[in-house]
Amino acid sequence: MRKDKFVIFSSVVILALLVVFVGFPIFSTFKLSLSDSSGLFSLSSYQSLFEKPWLRKSFFNSLLLGSMTASISVLVGFVFAFVIARTRVKGKPFLKFMATLPIISPPFMLSLSVILLFGKSGFVTRLFGIEDFSIYGLPGLLLVQTISLFPLAYLTILGVLQGIESSVEDASLDLGASRLRTFLLITLPLSVPGILSAWLLVFVTSLADFATPMLLSGKFDVLSVQAYLQFTGSGNLPLGAALSNLLLIPCVTAYILQKYYVQKKSYVTVTGKPQKAARDLTSRPVRIILSAFVFGASLFTLALYLTCLAGCFTKSWGIDYTWSLENFAYVWQVGRQAILDTLLISIIATPFATMLGLLIAFLVIRKEFFGKRFLDVFAMFPFALPGTAIGIGYVLAFNNHPILLTGTALIIVLAFVFRNMPVAIESAKASLIQIDKSIEEAATNLGASTHRVFWEITLPMIKPAIFTGAAYIFVHCMTAVSAVIFIVSANWNHMTVLTLNQTEMLRFSAAAVLCLILILIVLAAFGILRLIIGKNAIAKEIVHT
Amino acid sequence: MSSEVRLEKIRKVFRDSHTGQDVVAVSEFSLTIRRGELLTLLGPSGCGKTTLLRMLAGFENPTGGDIYLDDKAITSLPPNKRNSAMVFQSYALFPHMNVLQNISYGLKFRNIGSSEKQDRLDQIIHIVGLKGLETRRPSELSGGQQQRVALARALVVQPGLLLFDEPLSNLDAKLRESMRYEIRRIQRSLNITAVYVTHDQVEAMSLSDRVVVMNKGRVEQVGSPREIYRYPSSRFVADFMGISNLIDCDLVAASGGRATLKTADFEIEVEERQNIRSKTGLCLMIRPEDIEVDPAGNIRGEIIETVFLGERFEVLIELPNRTLLTARLKAGAYQQDLNPGSKVSLRLLSERLTYAA
Repeated sequence: MRKDKFVIFSSVVILALLVVFVGFPIFSTFKLSLSDSSGLFSLSSYQSLFEKPWLRKSFFNSLLLGSMTASISVLVGFVFAFVIARTRVKGKPFLKFMATLPIISPPFMLSLSVILLFGKSGFVTRLFGIEDFSIYGLPGLLLVQTISLFPLAYLTILGVLQGIESSVEDASLDLGASRLRTFLLITLPLSVPGILSAWLLVFVTSLADFATPMLLSGKFDVLSVQAYLQFTGSGNLPLGAALSNLLLIPCVTAYILQKYYVQKKSYVTVTGKPQKAARDLTSRPVRIILSAFVFGASLFTLALYLTCLAGCFTKSWGIDYTWSLENFAYVWQVGRQAILDTLLISIIATPFATMLGLLIAFLVIRKEFFGKRFLDVFAMFPFALPGTAIGIGYVLAFNNHPILLTGTALIIVLAFVFRNMPVAIESAKASLIQIDKSIEEAATNLGASTHRVFWEITLPMIKPAIFTGAAYIFVHCMTAVSAVIFIVSANWNHMTVLTLNQTEMLRFSAAAVLCLILILIVLAAFGILRLIIGKNAIAKEIVHT
Repeated sequence: MSSEVRLEKIRKVFRDSHTGQDVVAVSEFSLTIRRGELLTLLGPSGCGKTTLLRMLAGFENPTGGDIYLDDKAITSLPPNKRNSAMVFQSYALFPHMNVLQNISYGLKFRNIGSSEKQDRLDQIIHIVGLKGLETRRPSELSGGQQQRVALARALVVQPGLLLFDEPLSNLDAKLRESMRYEIRRIQRSLNITAVYVTHDQVEAMSLSDRVVVMNKGRVEQVGSPREIYRYPSSRFVADFMGISNLIDCDLVAASGGRATLKTADFEIEVEERQNIRSKTGLCLMIRPEDIEVDPAGNIRGEIIETVFLGERFEVLIELPNRTLLTARLKAGAYQQDLNPGSKVSLRLLSERLTYAA
């Protein structure tokens, strides 16, 4: 094999970073879970998982919630994707907006709205005088998780539906099949891989979700919250670590299934050519039913967001609904530092995560080197890790010499970089695969070294993917909670953790204000992104050439 | 500045990632590419020609053997350190740079003063005829113009070796023909050693000083276009050159530079091939154009099928002992009826025929 210094150097450095900042924290968690309180080897934590019914219960509760949320979300997501991709319904921009807004929303926001509406002193609860109903528990979790996570299913399935060449459906219609049969025999079977993929994705995300059950689970215990409570509350560190590891099993399994099994079965081929608009596959009555559903769901979601907005300007929700700006003054007082910290940390972490992900994608897609497969799998692994596992791992790994980071901003930055790097890897990979390899070969052939090819040719060509990836990473950093809650400190707090604190103090309006500020920052980031990329000018040009 | 390239026993084995089996792409390939010549690697897809070209550029490393550029071993030299430039099948223009930036890209890596740089750019833009288009993006150019940018980008670095990977396959037929002459003219006038990969035998014939016909990673025949056209050295080459009648025959007599060949249906005297030792199991090669209907001809047969091609008829003729001949007969040149079922007498233009082992 030819020796390319750039490739060897960067792959070795990346591998070392992965070992320290991904491998070591996971190892530390395992080590702790296998020890007793005096630090000796012991299986007692795992033993109690089997022995204590409430621990077993939270495991099965997590699985139940995950599979129910995934099933409902996939159904809703499919209907949305189908309406967008295969019908002539009006108002698609509104639908698209409502179906993506939850992705960039802060955690707690929808839960908060649901509490404000249906909680013990909620607006709806009081209005109708409902007595024997509690939103806390499975129903509330399902409602909020479905609204938060169906966008994942929607985007995955939409990608698949748009990737199916429309001439296949035309051919079916041309051969005499009705629209319904075309849908059942052609469209649906072709989207099965996308549906499975979406299901697994939502399942994993639901399992790893910490924010929603933290507020809404009531007596319905789930793993992610139990791990947190054991770890921080009751101080049973080995048991917390063991619970976090237990959560790893379904998450990693689903991730592996999704990545190495379902995706291989996909029929979608990336041609880089824009598809023709597909034919409308619905009759009028069907279209009306589907529209009623998607618009109903969108309006309900919108109502939740408006509730949160109303909460910001209300003096005391449930008691005194007069207009007030006091909440803003209060948040400015208690939250100013946390907001600035969060912004600063996210702004620092984003470019590092992006560049690291980009470099890995470049090496994996374009270069041959020893250990490439391993590096690829290893670097993508944080994707499969629940935030809880990362948070616990970081606390344990970097609490001591030689790497003492607890209490610093650096530990949060590092957690963000390695947690979100897979986002950049994925988006850069997708973009690189579409770009003819010979463009880079031409540059090499003319005398450019590998690092110049990377900077002068590869980077400019995938600029849109880089900025899009960066924007999503920034959003993830701003809205992170499950990992960050373990590593914030008195000096460096995070807005989402502060939101949780405020909710626990029953200061719902303050929490709503924090959510509002967060979502405004996130929307501003996307606005800037649009300004930078223009109207996808570069992307189009590259596809065209 | 133009280089001589020597390939010695080049071997390339790929591992098939699905089956885990080794696939031999190039095997024991030895060849010298002369200074200033345009050499074509011709063969069907999968014959190893592109792999060979990519090894010359340095994108693939040979599994065995050595490559010498002007007697210097470059086998393990990375591609960006080699003094070769390639014109890619897909052109591989940099989409985010304009024409001028594309063409001048390679000059950045060579120590050239800015005035010489400017001279070279002016000269090359003039040669390929891109004046006035310097600030356009590749997406704003036609296919032919993109092709010229790709050519200029490779030429401007004045490479010792110019490599072409089926550069004309994305152009329409008419443009392809004119670009072919353009490439030939520019390569001649700059006197650059060039290796050209194609599967189009007409392109190979019209461009090259020498042609290497490849099959399954090996050299089938090396020679000038005329040699290859006139004397294909094997059935494979003959078939690839479009000689559709390959007829088993034996050598029955040879004297005075003439050889008498006997097939199942007829005997014919053709020019003797001195280097063919065996006398049996030979193959007589007859181009469809070298068969004529002639009442005085001594070969008789029956027409099985007739296809009208415009200028000519393509006619399938069966001889009494089951030999099948495909002939292309000039339309209108014959009084006789050429419908299926007709009996015809044929004459072979024996001075144009040859045979191989």
